[in-house]
Amino acid sequence: MSEVITLAHGAGGKATAKLIDEVFITAFGAANPGELADAAVLATGARSAFTTDSYVVSPIRFPGGSIGDLAVNGTVNDLAVSGAIAQYLSAGFVIEEGLEMEELGAIVADMAAAAAAAGVRIVTGDTKVVPKGAADQLFINTAGLGTVPEGRELGATRAQPGDAVILSGPIAAHGMAVMLARGNLALEADIRTDSAPINHLVEALYQALDPGDVRWMRDPTRGGLATVANELAKGSGHAVLLEDEAIPVETAVRGACDMLGIDPLYVANEGRLVAVVADDAAQAAVSALQAAGAPQPGVIGQIRPGPEGVVAIRNAFGGTRLVDMLVGDPLPRIC
Amino acid sequence: MRFVDEYRDPQAAKELIVAIKRLSDRLGRKLRFMEVCGGHTHTIYRHGLEQLLPEAVEFVHGPGCPVCVIPMGRVDDALWLAAQPGVILTTFGDMMRVPGGHKASLLQAQAAGADVRFVYSPLDALKIARDNPDRQVVFFAVGFETTSPSTAVTVVQADRLGVENFSVFSNHVLIRPPLEAILGTGGLQLDGFIGPGHVATVVGSDHFRFIPAEHGLPIVITGFEPLDILQAVDMLLSQYRDGRCEVENQYARVVLPGGNPEALRLLGEVFTLRETFEWRGLGYIPLSGYGLAPRYQRFDAERRFQVPGRRQADHPACQCGLVLTGQLKPWECRVFGKGCTPEDPIGTCMVSPEGACAAYFNYGRLHREAAAAFA
Repeated sequence: MSEVITLAHGAGGKATAKLIDEVFITAFGAANPGELADAAVLATGARSAFTTDSYVVSPIRFPGGSIGDLAVNGTVNDLAVSGAIAQYLSAGFVIEEGLEMEELGAIVADMAAAAAAAGVRIVTGDTKVVPKGAADQLFINTAGLGTVPEGRELGATRAQPGDAVILSGPIAAHGMAVMLARGNLALEADIRTDSAPINHLVEALYQALDPGDVRWMRDPTRGGLATVANELAKGSGHAVLLEDEAIPVETAVRGACDMLGIDPLYVANEGRLVAVVADDAAQAAVSALQAAGAPQPGVIGQIRPGPEGVVAIRNAFGGTRLVDMLVGDPLPRIC
Repeated sequence: MRFVDEYRDPQAAKELIVAIKRLSDRLGRKLRFMEVCGGHTHTIYRHGLEQLLPEAVEFVHGPGCPVCVIPMGRVDDALWLAAQPGVILTTFGDMMRVPGGHKASLLQAQAAGADVRFVYSPLDALKIARDNPDRQVVFFAVGFETTSPSTAVTVVQADRLGVENFSVFSNHVLIRPPLEAILGTGGLQLDGFIGPGHVATVVGSDHFRFIPAEHGLPIVITGFEPLDILQAVDMLLSQYRDGRCEVENQYARVVLPGGNPEALRLLGEVFTLRETFEWRGLGYIPLSGYGLAPRYQRFDAERRFQVPGRRQADHPACQCGLVLTGQLKPWECRVFGKGCTPEDPIGTCMVSPEGACAAYFNYGRLHREAAAAFA
């Protein structure tokens, strides 16, 4: 029988020590080599950004990713869109008794790979094992610490009428990949998550642009592009006009959304950057994102003076509609 | 994407809009067309079609949103079923948020511990029944002739496989009776119909001949992409220009005059017409709903369980009935956007994305002037 997580792995004794040593330290390395202390002692810059997020995705594996890379990318991206250079992550694991050790090892390996890709280190962590049924396989919390270089000031209030809204690539792949991976839709499509770190995209923007020309950034996760656009409109006191045709959606993703009656604007992404930049810096920003490997960067909209707080989208034949905040979970329509 | 992109082609849309404007100017009168289907309402608002058409063409939203026409008493019955020990209640996602009396919904019942699951097809519900032989699985069935054939197929299969722990709480309804009811309503000035494309795939375009023959109004059976709807408007205006009044089929790529004979045969085999059925906003309409035929009664949840058959008056402030019959625009309802929002709906029209109120609330609250600011 393959090795599984038991309550003993969370009891703080030998099994715990073995788990930490063999699974976590092996994958992440020790913050202060040779010593496992209660906290990692770190050298950070003067201006720091600090964030935390918990990951409870089900299933824990889906095409193109797992809860492991998600837990790293999500937190790295939250730091990145705050203008911070991500440095250190913590990782807290809540494991359901019975999870196979091999599965845990694979997820942890995904975390290590994602951390390496993003250039961050996982330096502290915690493990709890709960009885069967008290958690769904595995929950991960990560917190992230980064430094914010001088001159980086971001906020919706900095967005000015005429500024350009920029998006780094096709939307809605992550949410649809997970939905289909749940396997209860009788719908099969080759849709892979877009889970990826976007910190290098943010750095590329700052290298190409005057820092003051980068006004606002977001990583459109739960609630999708529509939700962050609404936060932008409400926070800026202006309107946001999006161009339907300029927002890329992969064909398979669009097909699945259409079939299920879901608007891709509201579907989660885990590796996309939305930014507001000064209008005259828009082309430079798109080129910089392109050069940094963004899959399909482009200008997708504009800040308009008003009506205050409104997000609208204009379609190819000139019709305009409102884009409101998402209400509840997106449930499919029936006919 | 094939079969979708060509119906969203911007150039073709622009040309159609110009043609519609020209025709509308030439006719020189206001024309009110009812789009029967909630799917049409959704497309109209989602693509901003209303602002693109001349003001002389007005859309009136009809009763064809299957979730919207379910009376609160039936939702209460479903909540009662979900609360029975050992029951797994399954239904389409849209039904999960529909409030019954006291504003309780299946989603809330689920959060409180009831086993409520949403499915994309009744066959999924049957599968849940086969996977859980020690539980009673009830499918809360809603919908017009679009969805009733899939329920029928499922019941036949349950019979064939002998899945005794499966039953159907049927709320299936027919498309013709509410249209007759609306056409019988005085004071509703209609000039034609954008006909229900999906229902027509089953019942056929000929099913709607009574509209020109008995009520003197044109109808165009219409698909659900923006170009479909624009083309239907053009066809309706052309009928006025030519002095014609008939059933036309814009959705010929899927709709046949006689519909789907196999589906119709199955409906006849599995279902029987109820003497009467309650519709939200329309009240009781004779011969408008499907119950299970005697041969399949052992799969009838209303017989298997002592369903209370609750009757629940609509919320006194709710004007869904007037919206569903096209007598009131969503924003004219006294609770629209105030007491009744998609987050906290009072009426069914605010729940389903195909409900006129939700479609208007989510997409449409940009009047011509505001939309012009974005042009």
